[in-house]
Amino acid sequence: MKSAVIVFPASNCDRDAQTALAEITGTPPHMVWHAETEVPDVDLIVIPGGFSYGDYLRCGAMAAQSHIMRDVMKKAEAGVAVLGICNGFQILTESHLLPGALLRNADLKFVSRPVELVVDESQSAFTRKYSKGERVRFPVAHGEGNYFADEETLNRLEGEDRVVFRYAPGDNPNGSARNIAGILNEKRNVLGMMPHPERACDPLLGSTTGRPLFQSLIDTLS
Amino acid sequence: MKARVFVTLKNGVLDPQGKAIGHALNNLGFDAVGNVRQGKLIDIELTEQDEAKAHASLKAMCEKLLANTVIEKYEIELRP
Repeated sequence: MKSAVIVFPASNCDRDAQTALAEITGTPPHMVWHAETEVPDVDLIVIPGGFSYGDYLRCGAMAAQSHIMRDVMKKAEAGVAVLGICNGFQILTESHLLPGALLRNADLKFVSRPVELVVDESQSAFTRKYSKGERVRFPVAHGEGNYFADEETLNRLEGEDRVVFRYAPGDNPNGSARNIAGILNEKRNVLGMMPHPERACDPLLGSTTGRPLFQSLIDTLS
Repeated sequence: MKARVFVTLKNGVLDPQGKAIGHALNNLGFDAVGNVRQGKLIDIELTEQDEAKAHASLKAMCEKLLANTVIEKYEIELRP
């Protein structure tokens, strides 16, 4: 599986994603700087966590307007798999590749800790190696991860089985509507999530429950 | 021409910062303070002299970048 990681000024999980992808897929990903205009021909594009453009205006707002995102949007429409993690999720909502928005955490605190998640949908290119209802443990590290969408959109996401990850009951770290931690687009080739699966791929990091996500992609896309 | 753009959260969207400001004001003894909502103010200088064109252009800026219309609303004020 060929992959690429987009790097913005102040991305800070680009190398975590690079390490996880290189180790699990066996092929180092292309690292693509934000000022470039084209992503190489790959099966998976990762938009990593961080504080792109210093979170100016709104988290992800500036990155969504960058040159490289125009090509990411084009490729997403053509069916290339796109995984947005943390700031990557914020960028995907600001680009309107995913519905809703990420608001300031309900308690105003930056939260950095492992959280317990429930896999709510295993019928996707990203989660086929998990089973529905399975518990996984990924770290979160964000100040603006409070998922918001209007009732109609939330009902639609649930009705179309597009909520892939939810915070386990009692472990919602940010006030997200309906405990939503990760969602798919309509075509199911774009996943945005606040928790970090790429930081849960090595026993040294305390959890390896992120590995099946990348193995699912290898299975589906290779 | 100068413009002032106000970007605020839509009614019904939780504003924890506004709430925290309200609590802080209450703690300072401003007992009359009720609900508080906060937002952004953006001043923009424009070379456009035509008011209608300036307004249309600012509206496009708000829709495309300045506001996230999923959660925010905006108001535009033009000043000669």
